[in-house]
Amino acid sequence: MSGIPHDHYEPQSNGAKWLHRRLPIVSLMYDTLTIPTPRNLNWMWIWGIVLAFCLVLQIVTGIILVMHYTPHVDLAFASIEHIMRNVNGGWAIRYIHMNGASLFFIAVYLHIFRGLYYGSYKAPREVTWIIGMLIYLLMMGTAFMGYVLPWGQMSFWGATVITGLFGAIPFVGDAIQTWLLGGPAVGNATLNRFLSLHYLLPFVIAGLVIVHIWAFHTTGNNNPTGVEVRRTSRKEADADTLPFWPYFVIKDLFALAVVLVGFFAVVGFMPNYLGHPDNYIEADPLVTPAHIVPEWYFLPFYAILRAFTGDVWVVMFASWITGGIVDAKFFGVIAMFGAIAVMALAPWLDTSSVRSGRYRPMFKWWFWLLVVDFLVLMWAGARPAEPPYSTISLIGSAYWFAYFLVILPLLGIFEKPLPQPDTIEEDFKEHYGTSGSKGDTAATPAE
Amino acid sequence: MFRKLALTALTAVALTGAPAFAAGEGGYVENIRFSFDGPFGTFDQNQLQRGLQVYTEVCAACHGMRYVPIRSLSDPDGPGIPPEQVRAYIDQNFIEVWDEDERDYRMATPNDNFPYIESAGAPDLSLMAKARLGFHGPYGLALNNLFFGIGGPEYIASLLTNYTGEEVEQYGAILYENETYPGGLISMAPPLWEDGVEYNDGTPATIEQQAEDVAAFLMWAAEPDMMARKRMGFTAVILLVILSTMLYLTNKRLWAPVKRDAKEE
Repeated sequence: MSGIPHDHYEPQSNGAKWLHRRLPIVSLMYDTLTIPTPRNLNWMWIWGIVLAFCLVLQIVTGIILVMHYTPHVDLAFASIEHIMRNVNGGWAIRYIHMNGASLFFIAVYLHIFRGLYYGSYKAPREVTWIIGMLIYLLMMGTAFMGYVLPWGQMSFWGATVITGLFGAIPFVGDAIQTWLLGGPAVGNATLNRFLSLHYLLPFVIAGLVIVHIWAFHTTGNNNPTGVEVRRTSRKEADADTLPFWPYFVIKDLFALAVVLVGFFAVVGFMPNYLGHPDNYIEADPLVTPAHIVPEWYFLPFYAILRAFTGDVWVVMFASWITGGIVDAKFFGVIAMFGAIAVMALAPWLDTSSVRSGRYRPMFKWWFWLLVVDFLVLMWAGARPAEPPYSTISLIGSAYWFAYFLVILPLLGIFEKPLPQPDTIEEDFKEHYGTSGSKGDTAATPAE
Repeated sequence: MFRKLALTALTAVALTGAPAFAAGEGGYVENIRFSFDGPFGTFDQNQLQRGLQVYTEVCAACHGMRYVPIRSLSDPDGPGIPPEQVRAYIDQNFIEVWDEDERDYRMATPNDNFPYIESAGAPDLSLMAKARLGFHGPYGLALNNLFFGIGGPEYIASLLTNYTGEEVEQYGAILYENETYPGGLISMAPPLWEDGVEYNDGTPATIEQQAEDVAAFLMWAAEPDMMARKRMGFTAVILLVILSTMLYLTNKRLWAPVKRDAKEE
């Protein structure tokens, strides 16, 4: 499947041959499960399995929750309490679903930053990257609409603020906002369509996940060295890789079990830690909460949205040059979506010929600064929009764009990369040969 | 009974718009050691029963608890009051609920929820202990919540005990200065009095005791399955640790020849 030489499924019995001629499904499963996988994958390559698990977990718990949920502005909040108090095990299902969203985003951020560090987005894996970004966008949409469903104060006001972003689009904004909400304000029509889409989008995500996996099974996995698997002969390919089953399945399952220990500790002992207390107050269109804060996983982009106020010179310039059409609010919206767009364009913005950050001495520093920047933006997004947080957000936003638009293109020109190993086999032997079995269990995200 | 009525009248009069002027800043929340703190904590059934008494004799004059089924008072993880006593509790306290079919009030049954009271404009208490953030920060990092908890019951207990005694008149309404309430001025008159309730188990009914008891009770009301949840957490964590260990050993065994080959060559 991946162009890497490996063995293929051969039907043995008459029955298997009969089926294979009509539908080669066993062959497809065999090739998918035994795909040659670089043997030097480290512990940052486990998040894909965690993400797949999260998707299934959210769909299963979600389907159960929707059996007891009532999508109506007068009944939604009460129906959540009905789930929490009267449905057998309802509290467990709901808390798992609530915190499952957080686990989903923790995993996706680690997955994305792993891709950014090891250059997984670079040729020939651009399509995998773009599909991944689409999945991430859909995840954000799904999570946002899911957060509206309990119809608490944060649900309502979060929906009001976020749909208001579309109202900032010049000329057609109001019409789009009304169309999205199904009325002049967030109301019953909004709640109903959000439930409908919240139920639909996970299946779209599931479809894209299959395409995502198909794409990287076609190119083969990236790996910590960024060096491609040798495809010249079966012997060399075997020296670089191991079949996905059982080596990586067992490794990934072990990692998943460890991650789930933490997850169930949160669900069992502090399920509301990542939530907002205001969402235990029923939505009231007449009472605005003191601080409207989105869920933690939106905070970095929320900070970017709020960073570009009317007194920032780029905003003033944009406003002047467009004759006032692009105001501060619209600029913020562009910046927020732009922040994800530049990340999606990383394959074409990164000019370095070296894939892995491990062999890029200057890149390393800029990359870790980006991680810090992400965390700082997350923190600033939760703080009130006033000095010094507005300034911090602005600096953080500027670095986010500078990393993708300036630093990545320039590094490829100025940076002198370190020598890379010739083969994955060499890297694997160096890791286990000379230095013993170090890094056997310890995660080595920093490399 | 008179005091109940007086309180109802007082708070009903006192309830008007948001305070535009704040005497103090509010926000003071004391970290109280509750029996249900931490992953090992459980509800103290006697305390929940005392808290129910405070709720019934004081809070219920103005505040409803619309999402809490009355029958859940029999929950062994909650107040654990036997079903026949719950029925007696309904009769003694003359708990009535609105019947949508009859278009009239009728006596509650254990399967009804606690009444929804909106006449006084007081917020519903079903979820109050989860709807308030007692602890903040530091610096917006939410670490205090990690170590001390969300702080809902602490907020309630602090609110009830930290009236300064000052009263401010605003737009014809009387507001009471409170060191916990955000903004510092609350429309609820100080509801608790020394020995305002008489506990059956002989516990001295100080204001602090009543406040902590009712805060614990409201925590149970907001999260009736807390103890089941913690048990599930333990079971899940222990089983997953065992599973992790087994998968770790399997993985080690599985990879051992591959790593040995890499070492030898």
